[in-house]
Formats: sequence, C-alpha cells, structure tokens
Amino acid sequence: MTLKSSSNNFDKPVGVIGIGSFGTAIANILAEKSKVIVYARKQEIVDEINFQHSAEGRSLHHNISATTDPEIICDSCEVMFPVISSSGFREVMQKFAPFLHPYHILIHGTKGLALNLPGDKSLEDVSKIKRENICTMSEVILNETVVVRVGCLAGPNLAKELSKGQPAATVVASRFNEVIVEGQRLLRSDKFQVYGNQDIIGVELSGVLKNTIAIASGALAGLGLGENARGLLISRGMVELIHLGNALGGQTQSFIGLAGIGDLVATCSSTLSRNYTVGYRLAQGETLEQINDSMEEVAEGINTVKLMKTFLEGTGMRAPITENLYKVLFEGFKVEDALYYLMKYPFNVDIDFL
Amino acid sequence: MTDDYIKHKYDPILPRKDEWPVVKLSKNRKEFVQTIASHSSDRIINITGNNLDLLKEELETTLYRERMRVKQNPWLVDPDDEEDFWSGVKSTLVQLSSETHSTEEDRKAGYHKILDSITTRYAEEIASNFKHSHYKATRKIVTFGFSRLLNAGRVKGFGSIFSKQYTLQDKIQIIGETDQIRDLASKGTIVMVPTHFSNLDSILIGWTISTLGMPPFIYGAGLNLFNIQIFAYFMNALGAYKVDRRKKNLLYRETLKTYSSEAIQFGCHSLFFPGGTRSRSGKIESKLKLGLLSTAIEAQRANYEQGLNDISGKVFIVPVTINYHFVLEAPSLIKEHLSLTGQERYYKETDEFSTSYKISKFLVKFFTKGSDISVSIGQAMDILGNYVDKDGNSLDRNNRVIDCRDYFLSDGKVTVDPQREEVYTHKLGERIVEEFHKINRIFSSHLVAFTAFQMIKKKNSKMDLFNLLRLPDDELILEYNDFRSECQRVLNRIMEIRSEGLVHVAPHLKQGLDEIISHGLANVGMYHAKRPLIKNSDNKITTQDMSLLYFYHNRLDGYDLEKLFK
Repeated sequence: MTLKSSSNNFDKPVGVIGIGSFGTAIANILAEKSKVIVYARKQEIVDEINFQHSAEGRSLHHNISATTDPEIICDSCEVMFPVISSSGFREVMQKFAPFLHPYHILIHGTKGLALNLPGDKSLEDVSKIKRENICTMSEVILNETVVVRVGCLAGPNLAKELSKGQPAATVVASRFNEVIVEGQRLLRSDKFQVYGNQDIIGVELSGVLKNTIAIASGALAGLGLGENARGLLISRGMVELIHLGNALGGQTQSFIGLAGIGDLVATCSSTLSRNYTVGYRLAQGETLEQINDSMEEVAEGINTVKLMKTFLEGTGMRAPITENLYKVLFEGFKVEDALYYLMKYPFNVDIDFL
Repeated sequence: MTDDYIKHKYDPILPRKDEWPVVKLSKNRKEFVQTIASHSSDRIINITGNNLDLLKEELETTLYRERMRVKQNPWLVDPDDEEDFWSGVKSTLVQLSSETHSTEEDRKAGYHKILDSITTRYAEEIASNFKHSHYKATRKIVTFGFSRLLNAGRVKGFGSIFSKQYTLQDKIQIIGETDQIRDLASKGTIVMVPTHFSNLDSILIGWTISTLGMPPFIYGAGLNLFNIQIFAYFMNALGAYKVDRRKKNLLYRETLKTYSSEAIQFGCHSLFFPGGTRSRSGKIESKLKLGLLSTAIEAQRANYEQGLNDISGKVFIVPVTINYHFVLEAPSLIKEHLSLTGQERYYKETDEFSTSYKISKFLVKFFTKGSDISVSIGQAMDILGNYVDKDGNSLDRNNRVIDCRDYFLSDGKVTVDPQREEVYTHKLGERIVEEFHKINRIFSSHLVAFTAFQMIKKKNSKMDLFNLLRLPDDELILEYNDFRSECQRVLNRIMEIRSEGLVHVAPHLKQGLDEIISHGLANVGMYHAKRPLIKNSDNKITTQDMSLLYFYHNRLDGYDLEKLFK
C-alpha cells in the first residue's frame, strides 16, 4: 500500500486557472518548485505572461507560461488550482468539463459561494433559499465536472504580502489524503507552511464567512473606532461565523483553525484586504456603487452577505452582524445606525458552541 | 425506464452451466478458500502495520469475543468443534507469550500461524456450497410450486391446479432495465444492490435473476437464516455465502471482505443487501453498510491493476427495489425499530419467519390471494455511480465517455490508496440511495398509508412520534371526503415528482381516485391480523394498528411529501 510519493511527478507542470492577484501569488509560489501553466481568458494577458513575465503589471516567475485553451492545460497538468472569482467559477468549470478526467486533482482558492437554483432563477426571483441552493466552490466542481479529488486552499493569505515573500501559512483541505499530500508537496517552502484538514466544507466556509466580518471590521475602522471595538467585533463575528458555518455543514474545529480565526484576524486588521476596504469606504460615506466601480477585483463578501441574508430568511436563524451589513450594503442604512442596533442587540451569552 | 412491466421470456445468456462463474468457482472451491485465507491474513498483517504487538492484540480481542459468543449466543448452525477450536487458539496464544526466550522470528511465525488457522476457518465457513443439481431442483420447485398455487387461487373450477393461465411473472412483475443487466452480465461482472424489507427478498431476487436468464449470483446471507432448514437449502442452492453478524472482529470482517472482493474478481455476479439487514422502519434505506460495498470498488481497482482494462474486468452496480403492498414481518420489524434506540444488541429472531411451517403458510397465502409484488431493475452504474452505456462505458453528466480506470490513477499509474477508496465507497453509497428513490415504484397502498398517517399527525401536531402511536382509537378516525382530497394532493405531488423522473408509479395509480383508494385500502398490509388502514361501517377511514400504519407510511419517506402537511 503505497501512498503516492510521486517523485517522478516533479517535472509535470501544475495548472493555475485565473490570474488575479491571489492567482498570481499562488502561481509564483508553485513556480518555485514546478513548471506552471496559467489559464487566462484574455489573449492580451496570456501574451503579457508569455512575453513579459507579468500579469497586469504583477511580475511572474520565469517558470510560468500561459494559454487561453482549456484543453491544453487539462492535457498537460494533473493538478490544477482554480483561483477565479465565485461569480465566474461555474462558467469556467463548465468550459473545462469536457477536458477533465477522473484522474485530475483540483485545489481551488476561491472564498465565495455560488447559488444553485433550479432553472435559470437568480437570487432576485426567490425570497428564501435552503442549504441545497448554496454551493461552495468544491461543490460546484463536483456538480459540473467528473473530478472527484477536490481540495481547497484557505487561510490568512493576503496576496500582497505573499507576493513580497513574507512568511505565511495556508490550509489545504480535502476529503482525500492524497490531495492534501499533493498540495503540501507543491506549495510548501521555507516561507510557506501548509496544514491539512479533511473537513473541506468547514474550511471553505471559514474563508467565505470571514469576508462579511471583514467588511464590518473595515466599517468600524472607517468610523474611527479603535481596538476595543475591533476586539469585540472579531470575537462576536467568530461566534456568528461558527453559528452559520455549522448550519451549512462545517465542523466547529475547522472554524477555530488557521482558515477560520487565522484568516479572520488577518483580514479584519488589514487595509490590504478588499473586503475590509469596502467596509471602510462605506463608513466614510461612499455608496456601494461608487466603491464597486473603482475596485479592480470583486470583494467576495458583498455577494456572501446577500446570499446569507436570503439563507437566514429560509431557515429562521438570526445572525445580527450579517443582517445589519445587508441593510447597510443594500438598503441604504447608515453604518452608525447599524452599529447602534448591534450594541442594543440582546445577546449576552459569550460562548455557547464549545 | 417505463412504469409498465415486461412480461417476457428471456433466454439464458450462458446456456452451458460450465460457463457459469459460480460453477467454476465451486469447482475450485478448495483453492479458492485457500486464496481467501492467505489474502485475508496478508490484509490483517498490513492493517496492523506488520507490528507483532498489534497483531497479538487483535488475536486476543478476537479470541475473547469469539469465546463470549460461543458461550452467550450459540446457534444451531454453529459447528460442534467451536469450543475446542477456540480453546486451542487460547492455549497456543498463552504458550507463545510465555516463551520469552524465543526469537522474534519464531514468535512472528507463531502468531502468523494462529492468524492463518483463524482466517482459514472463517473462509471455509463463509464460502458457498453451490451445487448445480440443487440449483436446478430449487428453481423447479419455486417456479412449479408457486405457479400451481397461483393458478389454484385465481382460476376457478376443477383442474385449476394444472392451469397455466397465470405464471409467476403476473404475480411478481419485473420492470426496468432488464435488457441492459442481461447484456452487461454477459460481458462484465454485476453487483446487484436491492432494497431489503423482507426475508422473502432473497428468494424473490433469486427467482428474478433466473427468470432474466442470468446465471446465479452469489450473495451474503445472514447465517441466522441457515438455522431454518428450508432456507438453508434454498440459500445453498442459490450460491449464498454466509455472513455471521455475531462475529464483530477484525479478522472475520477482513476475511468476509476478501471473499467478496475475490469472488467479484473471479467474475462472479454478486448480490449485496446494502442496508445490511431488513429495513426495520419500512423506509427505503438511506444509510448503507459500506463494508461489502467497498469490496466492489476494491475488486474493480484490482482488475485494473492486473491490466483488465476492457469490459470483461468492469464491475457494474445495479440498484434494485422490491415493492410490496404487504411485508409479512412488518409488525415485528416496526416494534423492533421503535424499541431499539439505535444501539446494536443481540436479539433472538422470533419473527414470523422463524419456522418452516410459518413460511409455507405465508407462501400459500401469498400466492392464493392477490397482492402483487414488483421488482424494479435500475440503470447500471460504474463503481462511482456514473451511468454506463450499452457497451458498459462510463458516462459523465454530459454523456461523454470517461475511463473509469482514471479514478484510480495517480501520476499515470493505478495506485492502491485505502483512504481514497473509502471516500469513493461513501460516494457510491450516496448514489445508490439516490437511485433507490428514483426507481422505487409507488403503490396505492403506500399512498393511502402515507396520507392517513400524515393527516393524523397533523391533527396532533404537538405530539412526538411515540405519543402519536399511543393515541386512543377515537382520535384515529378520518372523514372519507377529507381523506380523499388529501390523497389527491399527495397523488398530484407524486405525479409531479414522477414527471421529473425521480420516482415511478404502478399502473394502478392511473385509475380514478376512488378506485385507487379502494385498491390501496384492500391491499395495504392485507394479511395482518390487525389492519393498518380500513374503511369502517360509517364510511370513515381508521386504523387498527398505528405502528403498522407508520411502517407502511414510511415507504414514501425521502420525497419531501411531508411538506404538504405543514
């Protein structure tokens, strides 16, 4: 019984699907050890990667090449890392599906949720959704392709810090040990520690749900509040994250790990985080539209708040931070009012989930 | 798959019995048992990480549990030398651990020898005793005897006993993908996984397989059934191997799994009841026992390892549901379900199938009165639950042909990864449950039982199940008109689900509603002393046994129909 040691797998190239800021960071880490092939939709980006070793100005390792053809990348790579925004994830997987085989391993790094409604309905068409209407990205992969060996990456991995080569750690989660082992083999370095976890749903949800708390944290900072308020928010946010995460099928242990608390603390304190920035600018008086127009990449937290609010309505659960964020983002509520409401909210049990 | 049943004469796919894998296997029985024993020993040494202390611990645990079993729960079928054998094991173990000065090699050899003796004993016990002459005789008895009874009951007048007007195929309707399973059985290896509600299932499936012209399937039958002689005869004839649920030790489990896996690799079509035992609650199984299922995946991988990459080495999973109006054992099953709080315990089989006499009585009843049974054959799948085409190729969701071997590849080679296969087994289990619900065929009796129970439940919405089952008689009366309109609502929803291809219905559900209801009332649990549902003299609907009503109601669990009563 030999677990895959795959010593002769080293010369096989590794795929990265999508080359946003996080995709770039991951591709650069992978390129330290392996040849990397990047899939990008736009020809000009592929040309930039192949001829100038950079993607939209972010510099890339010389081991990285690019293509616009899903078939080429699927044929040459056994392991691929989809790092695309959740809104485009399903579409890209559908595009890849004809070229994927059961031997492929996909480890995604997308911290968002997708809606799964029968027919072509959108969130606006329904007032309530249930768990089966929400897909994590691993569930999207399982639904759209024949790939079963699926994993995810999550943890405090701010792309800008990674690209500077600062030390960090991540979690590779998968139901398959071989996927975890493979992820560790490909990613691990002196500056990058890789932990394993079998609760892939819990780890994915950690990364997804912490984004809403990050928006709230940015909003507090935007109001000029200090560390007491942040401490309060992180701690209460954690409770809410676990509450919602359990309802969606994740295990509490995963939420208090690196992908949960670790990532929550990092994003709630960092001006580098997109979600944090959204909250900050909201508190400064900008509207969601203005913010969206001026950001290069989507802040996943916005979509997550919208989905979770509808989910809460379907289940009758309460999640005060998420509910108030929804009001601020989509109903023109002022951040100050939401905060005032939260301070009055009658929750007085500190911890009730352990 | 259509709703209509197929009455059809099927030619045998392998006319010469010498070609039957099960016959080949029984010819090589001795070597086969040897192979099983030695492979099982290897597995156990592997599981214990080749660590002698761990192996010793497993042997001691096994010994302890086996001696307890012999003492506390002896059965008629147990061989006479049980006690001697285990005493022998004990003294050898004691002797080995007292020899402190012996070398590591000697000790290893000693423990491995004990291990071999136990796995050999288990393998010998498990292995089937298929005899072709018995098989032929049984098939004749079943077909001849049953159809005589059937005609005696239905065709009036003298001489009816010799009538050939009705055959078993009228009584037991086979529907679904019959041609596909026949075709694939002649090319690859089939693992059939039926739902399990009654002890009658094994005979029924045996008959179905032979009617479809397929060679006999081997299957794991509870050793308790061999206590009853009439069953023992049938089981042996049908190629059954023995599964003893009392033996809950690693050595036994591994030997059993090895047997199953090797038999599939040998090309023997197999039958598992993946629920493990009969469904106590009357629900379609939703949690499967994954132990035997994992052997199908293991066998498939082993075939690929040996380079059998074409269809001859392919394992096909075929789900089957057996649909009844009436389950003989229902009263004891549901009682057990309600009293068991999920803990495993030994119990004495005291149900209606405990003696040959009672079974014969039931069979006479069954065939002389009209209560139909249907067997739905599902679409064949590969070991990960992908449907296969007529050539046995696995298809993805978009009907693209995929290579099943790819599931076992890493770095281009077939690799052994038990953890991976564990996850695969889990997935396959989920797929089978999904298919069960799809191919399940709803009868009028299921409809009326479900509707009545839900109506009573809704009227007493504050009560938990156990209080509900203890309601006084006068709380259990439903007005016919209310009942009728609720049946209509449930039926409408069932038809919607059916149009999405997620369930099947019996042709009798396409009549008028009043006919459906009276058909359902006449058939639901028809031979029980206390009927689960009747129309009383005031034209009202009521039950004589709420637990039984609950049992038959459960058959429609898993379709979200309860929502209609919220």
